[in-house]
Parts: sequence; structure tokens; C-alpha cells
Amino acid sequence: MIGLAHYLVLSGILFSIGLFGVMKRKNLLMLFFSTEILLNAVNIGFVAVGRFYGDMSGQIFAFFIIAVAASEVAVGLGLIVLWYKRTGSIDLDSLQMMKG
Amino acid sequence: MEKYLYITLFAPLVGSLIAAFFAAKPKELYTGILTSALVGISFLSSIVLLNYVDADTILHVKMMDWISVGNLSIPFGFVVDQVSIIMMVTVTFVSTIVHIYSIGYMEHDKSFNRFFSYLSAFVFSMLILVMSDNFIGLFIGWEGVGLCSWMLIGFWYHKQSASWAANEAFIMNRIADLGMLMGLFLIYWEIGSFQYDIVFANILNLNINTVTWIGSFLFIGAMGKSAQFPFHTWLADAMEGPTPVSALIHAATMVTAGVYLIIRASDIYFLIPDVGYVIASLGAFVAVFAASMALVNRDLKRIIAYSTLSQLGYMFVAAGLGAYWIALFHLMTHAFFKSLLFLGAGNVMHAMNDELDIKKMGGLYQSMRATAILMTIASIALAGIYPFAGFFSKDKILEVAFNHEAYLLWFALFIGAGMTAFYSFRLVMMVFFGEQVHKRLGFHPHEARPFVIYALTPLALLSIVAGFLEYSFHAFVIDLLRDYKFTLDHSVGWMLIVATTAIALSGIAFAVYKYKRGGFGAGVESLGIYKLLVNQYYIPQFYNNAILKPFAAISTFFWKQIDLKIVDATVDLIGKMFYNAGGKTRQIQSGNLSSMLRWMVAGIAVMLVLAIILRPMV
Repeated sequence: MIGLAHYLVLSGILFSIGLFGVMKRKNLLMLFFSTEILLNAVNIGFVAVGRFYGDMSGQIFAFFIIAVAASEVAVGLGLIVLWYKRTGSIDLDSLQMMKG
Repeated sequence: MEKYLYITLFAPLVGSLIAAFFAAKPKELYTGILTSALVGISFLSSIVLLNYVDADTILHVKMMDWISVGNLSIPFGFVVDQVSIIMMVTVTFVSTIVHIYSIGYMEHDKSFNRFFSYLSAFVFSMLILVMSDNFIGLFIGWEGVGLCSWMLIGFWYHKQSASWAANEAFIMNRIADLGMLMGLFLIYWEIGSFQYDIVFANILNLNINTVTWIGSFLFIGAMGKSAQFPFHTWLADAMEGPTPVSALIHAATMVTAGVYLIIRASDIYFLIPDVGYVIASLGAFVAVFAASMALVNRDLKRIIAYSTLSQLGYMFVAAGLGAYWIALFHLMTHAFFKSLLFLGAGNVMHAMNDELDIKKMGGLYQSMRATAILMTIASIALAGIYPFAGFFSKDKILEVAFNHEAYLLWFALFIGAGMTAFYSFRLVMMVFFGEQVHKRLGFHPHEARPFVIYALTPLALLSIVAGFLEYSFHAFVIDLLRDYKFTLDHSVGWMLIVATTAIALSGIAFAVYKYKRGGFGAGVESLGIYKLLVNQYYIPQFYNNAILKPFAAISTFFWKQIDLKIVDATVDLIGKMFYNAGGKTRQIQSGNLSSMLRWMVAGIAVMLVLAIILRPMV
């Protein structure tokens, strides 16, 4: 039987993968993928917990997150395209103009 | 009548403010004339008030509320009664003359305007002091005259000695003012008001111990302002200021504020004759002590300053023994002849290019006849020879001491009277008569401007005739002050008068006889007593060694060891810590998104751990 714990473990594993990607990847596109993974890990958690408690707000939250993530990606991708056109690179280390 | 009260009070202030606008400008003659005129107006309107005040009518006005917090209510109130009107008339009269005199005296000073601004500000503060109807107003005036005294002693602030003397006077007064403040707090604590009438009405209900404390504390304040022992050193050093200042502040008005305080608080001192006796003893001591220093001093102004100290001692004897009206009378006559003496000394100083050593003068009568006559008049009045003013007031004080069966005090004052006569005429003889030493030294003295001499004549006139006002003065002030009952026989009274006059005359005769022949030989100067006196009983040295030097050493220690090594070091340490932490953590701001994200993750991890550890226990 697959219970809440399994979902939460899956969510945790996905979150870790996403976090690892966020920290390690130097490519901006990859960074975006990692953030998407992070968001979806959280979505799985929300839906699972909402289902467990019989509460719809978990699912509603998940939809919200999907919607927000979609728009964020739209904006973000636009920016990346612009950046690529300007510099010819989407490497993170090249994006370093404000060194303290 | 209120109108005249406000004119008296505020005319000097207006003058002071107007002159202050030109303080930094070069000399403008009209600032002197304007301030003199305004102080003159103040004098005239106080004369109007003098005519108005009598046994049944006094003027008591409340100008406005000043402080009212909870139960504490202190109005700006002024009272013109028999005591304050005498002070007002004396102060404004002498001030007017000093202002006019100063126009001549400060003629060539580049800070002419500033001088008049300060001088009028002083008159205003002094009027606040004497006119206030409560102790707080008196204290404000008290501090105001202290401030003006500081500004005027240090008027030539570029002179090291002048600014030192100004600070000395100010600090000495602060020390004594602490005593005065304690007295005021005690009054408020016990009675709950600062108004004279309320305080004096309720003082009878207090425990006699408390009254003693109040009286003692107030007297400490009076000691500072009137330069009584042990606070006396500042007065002689205050002679660094311009001479009109010495005449106005350090002879006629400010230094007598202490006596005024005792007279004003006579309802308190009446209850505590023991404290009064201590005051009188200290006064008698100072009378002789200061006179003895005046005997040998060679500095023209310092001699007169010591004489002022000595005369203040006389006033304190009278006030301490309960003869308040006599103290006030001596205060008034003294203001006339002492300011005359000082202003005359100012003329001499000018003639001698600011030379003060009387050994370098001599024979100035030839070139400055008018000043010589004026100063001789003042000296006779000071020595107390009939019919000059000093005779009436000083003789009364001696009678009071005798009447009180305080024979020791009487004897001290008696000796003091002899000394007074001697040093006054030593001064007159050495300055105006005898060998013309100044010619040998290449001085070319000249008489002061005529208007300066004319300005002094009213003072000279009053020094001669003020004594005859005694009866009307007595009748006027005893409506407010307690009368003093003489129980002496007439014959004893006459004997006292004869004795005092005799010792004064013999003092004069001795001085004239001795200094006509060139004075004492050089042998006197090697005597131990001469050295003791000329060094002012080594008291300034004592203060210097016993108080100033240890204090400076302690201050240096605190500065170098405590302040620099502990306080400053702690503050610096905190600053350095943040500076270094900033330097180290600066590297986080690399601008690299990837490393910042890592820091963010680390931060979240730390916060999560903290949130788990610090979660509220359920």
C-alpha cells in the first residue's frame, strides 16, 4: 500500500535533486529546470498532505504554484533569451557584474 | 506703577541686546551712549518706585507663569518692597555712573560694543536677583550675574591670566552654589514653595534643625558670591577685568548679593541666632584677614579688592548679629565710596599706562588733581571719618557687635577699622603724594577726560552725605526688616564712637606720617610677617598644591589610564569588530549567482535547524 510517507519521501527526494541542481548547475537553463523540480516536489507534498487530511486547499495551492511557475518560466525564459542575444552565453559565471 | 517696574527691569536688557548686535563690529560710540541712557532710565524709574513704596504699599506683580509641573508652580514674579527698592536704586545708580565712566575708560578698546552689552546684561541679571519674589528667580539672577562676571573678568580673553581668573571666579562660585542649591531643595522639600512670603510664613512651623540646615546651606552660597573665606581668592584675581567691572561687579553690586540674600532671608536667620553668630564670626575674621593683606599689597586694584572683602566681612557681622538694616545701610554706603575708589583707580591706571604697582607712582597729585581729590574723599569715607558715609554705617556695625556683648568680634572689627584707615591712606599717599617716582620711570600721566570726572562727582557727593540719610533709611526699611534694639548706654555709645574715630584717625595719621618720608625701609620686606601677608597667607599656593595639582594628577590619570585604555579601547574594539567582520564577510557578495544561491541554501538550512531546536515545546 502506498501511503502518505511514500509521497513525502518522493517529494523529499525530488526536492533534494532540485536543490542539488540549483547549487551545482552553471547553466541558466539548467537552473530553471532545477527550480521547476523544486516547485513540483513541493506540489507533490501539498497534494499528498491535502489528500491525507481530506482538505482541498492542498490541491488549490498546487494549482496556484503551477500557474505561478508557468508565468515565471515565461518571463524568465524571455530574459534568458535576451541575455543570450546580448552576451552569447548563459553561463552563470559570466553573469558577474556586481562583485562586492 | 507696574509700568515703572518693567521699565526698571527691562531697559538694561534692551540696551544689552542692542549693543550685542554690534558686538563684533568696531567701536560705535552710540552703543555706549544708548546703554548708558537706558540704564539711566532704569535708575530714574526706580527712583519713581522708591517714592511709591512706603509702609503700606509695596508692588508685587506676577508677570507670567514660568514653570508649573504638578504641585510645583514657579511664576516670574517681582516684588518691589523696602529692601529690594534700596538695592534697585543702589544698583542702577552705580551702574549708570559706571556706564558713563566706561565710555571714557574703554575709549580705545576694540571690543567697546561688546563691553557695553555685557555690562548691561549684568545690570539686568542683578535686577532679576534683587527683584524676584521667589528663591528660584533669585537663583536665576544669581547665576546670571555669575555668568556676566565671568564674561567681564575674562573680557580681555586673549590674556592668559584674565581667562584663568574668570574661570577661577566661575568655578569657585559653582562650588558655593551647590550649597545654595541644597538650601533651596531643602526649602522646597519642607515647605513646598519657593515664594518668599509662603516660605517665611511657614518657616516657623519647621523643626529648628531643618531651619539650621537651610540657613547654613544658603549661607554657603552667600559665602561664594561675597567671596568670604575660604572662597575669597577669586575676588583679588578678578581684578584682571577692566576697572569699571571691578567697580560695578566686584565692589558695589554682585559681591554684595550674598549680604542681600541674608537680609532677604532674615526671617530664616532670625530663628537661628547660632548660625547668625557663626556668620558674624566669619565676617569679623574676614574683615581683619583681608585688611591685613591689603596692608602690604603693592597692586593698586588688589588693595581695593581686599578692602572690599574686608567691608563685606563688616556687613556679614551686622547681618549675622541680626542688625539687618545696618548691614543693608553699609551695603549701600559702601557701594558709593568703593565704586568711587575703583573708578578713581581706573583713572590712575589709564594715566600710568595700565601700571598697577603703587611703588612706581607717587606724586600724581600734580597731574591728576581731580582724581586725587575724589579718591581721597572715598578713602576718608572708607576709613569712617565723620561726617563721611562710612562713619555712620561702619560705626553702627561696631556698636552692634559691642551691644551683642561679642567683645572679641568688636575688637576684631576695631582693629580692622584701624587697618582700613591705614591701608587706604597708604594707597593715597603712595599714589598721589610723596616722591614722584613715575617721572623717573618715564611715565607722563594726564588727567582723565572731564566728563569722566563729572560722572564721578555724584558718587563723591553721596560718599560725603549718604550717612545723613541714616534716620530716614532706618525708618524706611524697618517696615519690612526687623528693627535692631540697642541696649547700650548713650555714654558707652559715645565712647565707642570716639574710640573708633580715634583708631581710624591714628591709622590715617600713621600712614600719612610714614609715607610722607618714603615709607618703610626695605628691612620690612624681609620680615616673616610681611612675606606671609604679601603671599596672601600662602592660601593660593595651598589651594594650588592641595587641590589643583592633585586634581590635575587624578584627571591625567583618568584620562590616560581609564579613558584612553578602558573606555576608548572598548568603544574602539566594538567598532573594529564590526569593521573586521564586514571585511571578512565582504567576500560573500561575489556577484556570482551560483555561490549566492549556495549561501542562501546554507542560510535556509541553518534557519531550519534553528526552527527545529527552538520550536515551542508543546
